[in-house]
Amino acid sequence: MYPVNYHRAKSVAEAVKLAKGEAKYISGGMTLIPAMKTRLAAPSDVIDLSHINELKGVKVSGKTVTIGAATTHFNVAHDEKLAKVCPAITHLAGEIGDPHVRYCGTIGGSIANNDPAADYPAALLALDATIVTNKRSIPAAKFFKGLFETSLKDGEIVTAVTFTAPAKAGYAKFRNPASRYAMTGVFVAKTKDGVRAAVTGAGDDGVFRSKEVEAALAKKFEASALDGVKVSAQNLMTDLHAGADYRANLIAVMAKRAVAQANG
Amino acid sequence: MGMEGIGARVARKEDKRFITGAGRYVDDMVVPGMKHAVFVRSPHAHAQIKKIDTKAALAMPGVIGVLTGKELKADGIGNLICGWMIHSKDGTPMKMGAWSPLAFDKVRYVGDAVVVVVADTKGQARDAAEAVDITYKELKAVVSGADATNKGVPQLHPEAENNLIFDWGLGDEKAADAALASAAHVTTMNIVNNRLVPNAMEPRAALGYYDKAEDHYTCWTTSQNPHVARLVMSAFYNVAPENKLRVIAPDVGGGFGSKIYIYPEEIVCLWASKKTGVPVKWVADRTESFLTDAHGRDHHTTVKMGFDKDNKIVGLKVDTIANLGAYMSLFSSATPTYLYATLLSGQYDIAAIYGNVRAVYTNTAPVDAYRGAGRPEATYVLERTMETAARELGVSPAELRRKNFVKSFPHQTPVIMCYDAGDFGASLDAAMKAIDYAGFAKRQAASAKNGKLRGIGMSTYIEACGIAPSAAVGSLGAGVGLWESAEVRVNAVGTIEVLTGSHSHGQGHETTFAQLVNQRLGVPIDSVSIVHGDTDKVQMGMGTYGSRSGAVGMSAIVKALEKVEAKAKKIAAHLLEADESDIVIENGALKVAGTDKNVPWFQMALAAYTAHNLPAGMEPGLKETAFYDPANFTFPAGCYICEVEVDPETGMTDILRFVAADDFGNIINPMIVEGQVHGGLAQGVGQAFLEGCHYDATGQLLTASFMDYCMPRADDLPSFEVSHQCTPTPSNPLGMKGCGEAGAIGSPPAVINAITDAIGNNDLSMPATPQKVWAAVHATKN
Repeated sequence: MYPVNYHRAKSVAEAVKLAKGEAKYISGGMTLIPAMKTRLAAPSDVIDLSHINELKGVKVSGKTVTIGAATTHFNVAHDEKLAKVCPAITHLAGEIGDPHVRYCGTIGGSIANNDPAADYPAALLALDATIVTNKRSIPAAKFFKGLFETSLKDGEIVTAVTFTAPAKAGYAKFRNPASRYAMTGVFVAKTKDGVRAAVTGAGDDGVFRSKEVEAALAKKFEASALDGVKVSAQNLMTDLHAGADYRANLIAVMAKRAVAQANG
Repeated sequence: MGMEGIGARVARKEDKRFITGAGRYVDDMVVPGMKHAVFVRSPHAHAQIKKIDTKAALAMPGVIGVLTGKELKADGIGNLICGWMIHSKDGTPMKMGAWSPLAFDKVRYVGDAVVVVVADTKGQARDAAEAVDITYKELKAVVSGADATNKGVPQLHPEAENNLIFDWGLGDEKAADAALASAAHVTTMNIVNNRLVPNAMEPRAALGYYDKAEDHYTCWTTSQNPHVARLVMSAFYNVAPENKLRVIAPDVGGGFGSKIYIYPEEIVCLWASKKTGVPVKWVADRTESFLTDAHGRDHHTTVKMGFDKDNKIVGLKVDTIANLGAYMSLFSSATPTYLYATLLSGQYDIAAIYGNVRAVYTNTAPVDAYRGAGRPEATYVLERTMETAARELGVSPAELRRKNFVKSFPHQTPVIMCYDAGDFGASLDAAMKAIDYAGFAKRQAASAKNGKLRGIGMSTYIEACGIAPSAAVGSLGAGVGLWESAEVRVNAVGTIEVLTGSHSHGQGHETTFAQLVNQRLGVPIDSVSIVHGDTDKVQMGMGTYGSRSGAVGMSAIVKALEKVEAKAKKIAAHLLEADESDIVIENGALKVAGTDKNVPWFQMALAAYTAHNLPAGMEPGLKETAFYDPANFTFPAGCYICEVEVDPETGMTDILRFVAADDFGNIINPMIVEGQVHGGLAQGVGQAFLEGCHYDATGQLLTASFMDYCMPRADDLPSFEVSHQCTPTPSNPLGMKGCGEAGAIGSPPAVINAITDAIGNNDLSMPATPQKVWAAVHATKN
């Protein structure tokens, strides 16, 4: 790691003020710190957002859910009120990484990094969530832009994520055997506006909605609706661990399992 | 069996310091004035070095030295060598290319060391390393052993035409050909044994300290065999004569073979310490471990096994290409030859065998012995072929094996080895019973109801360890003898130090060796200390690998103990005024047999050192030495059975059960032996369905971190069910065969045989990743 200046921000306003030059915001640091250790990332300053109280916590008001950006995966996974209205998201959070990652990593950090194999982007896209920053509100569909890219501008900080709890939802992922990141993960949600299914870990341009899965589930929100459904391998990722064809198969299989989970 | 003697499940003495973080590893060593080294390594798999500019690096803060291969050569430091001579079939010696500790003309794999930077801190050394400007002219690379000898392929070393190091054969080719020609059935397979990265928990490290006042060097290093390191660094690398070089291997966190070899870094640290006038420490980071630790396996093999009409094996022919990487590591030539083809008879009585092995250079990390070394490759070839033959012949895999087992001992195979003892049927029976082999069909049907494919597969392995009779290995090309030494020092108060040339890097020697002393003398293990890993303390020794510490190292201790006991009896007889032949050693005392007359052990020891009242002419003191050279290899053998369930939708394999029935001969500490088996199985099962080292076509290592290289985790593995059968070896005084490698040797074919049984498709290679298994299921369906 190159020498770096560390700043602990107490408020979002202070964090914005501290951002200068080659500074980077850090929350759980689950991606940034390993990259810094191998010298692949070299910020001059890191501004720690994980101690800002206004960014922490889960609020559930009726069907409206708001999760503070600096809420850890552990705290999302164990939020009882959230589990009542949207158990799929607490399940998802409880399956991210390992206990160390879940104690440190945060939802804001995860989505701001937008790793193409991260779990949350699939949930937020399927739930049609809104990402709230210190400057504006951005719909998930506009927020996630390709691999490790978002519509965040310089100095813009994610402060919360908000969505309406769906009637039903489920998440199933197939892990990369080595990294245990999602090699393919599918989040399905039955909302008042219809069925949405978002896929992570498989697209060559990051998280996306699967038309094939959504069309099949729109007819019937049952695992059997996906029998014989062929997902196209076009625009899917091929790497050492999985080819596009295999990932296409996994999308259909994980979608089935997510629906089965949603239907309890 | 006493509470602490042979056969007792004594908790490991060394674990207290390990689990409380009090172990002392090379990185814990601090010498006054010590500085830090970072190596500048080649980013290219194959390139000429056009220019090395160190000016900017030398001007960086904290930098003490920036040293190159040319300076190292000018100081007379030698090239790295391979210590086992192999001759090709045409009688020519193997073609060894030059391996300079720091490359100066050409780099041959990603990670090849080119420049060393020494600075006050590791961070400064790393900054300066980035400022070293090396101009390369990139060359095309070859990475697959199967391609290495093709026409038009890039050439690595001028010494090795067509990248061929040797073309070697063992056995009788004509007899094997004739047997296959007359066979009623021939099973043919093409088999790849995947390349592995050893991944010891502690990365390699070295601390070189040149003491100008004494003109003496000390090297702390992560070694499985510090005396061999001293010998090789003195005799071949001209670092210093042996009497001017002390090598210390303190606590070492795992080796698995990868820490047998002498690498460039320890040589460079010693040389750089003299050059810069400061002690120089280097500790690998995990990326360096992936890139530069000697890798394991990497064979391409064609095998033909012939059967007569009664399903008896009549002949076996094996043709293997062994990829040795960019340079020949210390024992790289022995692994795919005398540790491989000599085991091609397996547990079977086969009259005609021929093994041909071509070793080749490629632009990849050097390949050498990794847990099992050659024997896993032989077992995988044989046991996949046996299982496949059983399917082709429509007979039970267990009964096909049983029919062909060697049943009387000693048994001379056509490939050098003479099996001294064993009962292969006993392990097969034990394993089949343990897994309820007969009930498999019912379990398979239950899985099918849940949409899952259940399979069962076995492997009956044999290995040669207790390495090795010195004259025998010498005649086969070894540059060293493979005996072991021991020294037993009885102190004046009766406590005991055992100095051994074996080296413990996880094996538990501090406990098991003390248990042997307890068994012989009756003194508590707490009053026995095991001293190892320091060339200034321990006389010459050969180290730990090839499951040799029990069979060879402990046998040396037995020999030294016998001498101690003989002298102790003489002293006791003198003190008790009894006949020496009437003295027995029991429960920490020397007794006159059949009487209550005795002298306690400590009192006898005190008498030896006060020397007030010793037999006439006896030298004072009580300390004896022995060198033990084994009479034969030992032959651990066993049967492993694996049961899996495959999810056809995803290709995910769940290893439901894994049963191991091993015959290691006599066992000192069953708990430690079980631990060794569990660890070996984890590595073997890991090879079978998780671990795979991949280079791309340009020679970049794609699996250079745990993000892409899949190490087994606890939740990937079942709870192993192990049992032991026992036919003691007559080849050493303890009847012990060795247990360190068996798990890694026997398990990969059991796993693959189980998966291929489940999916009904035999076309599957290791590691059997979900994607590969899914594709194989899919291919079967179509």
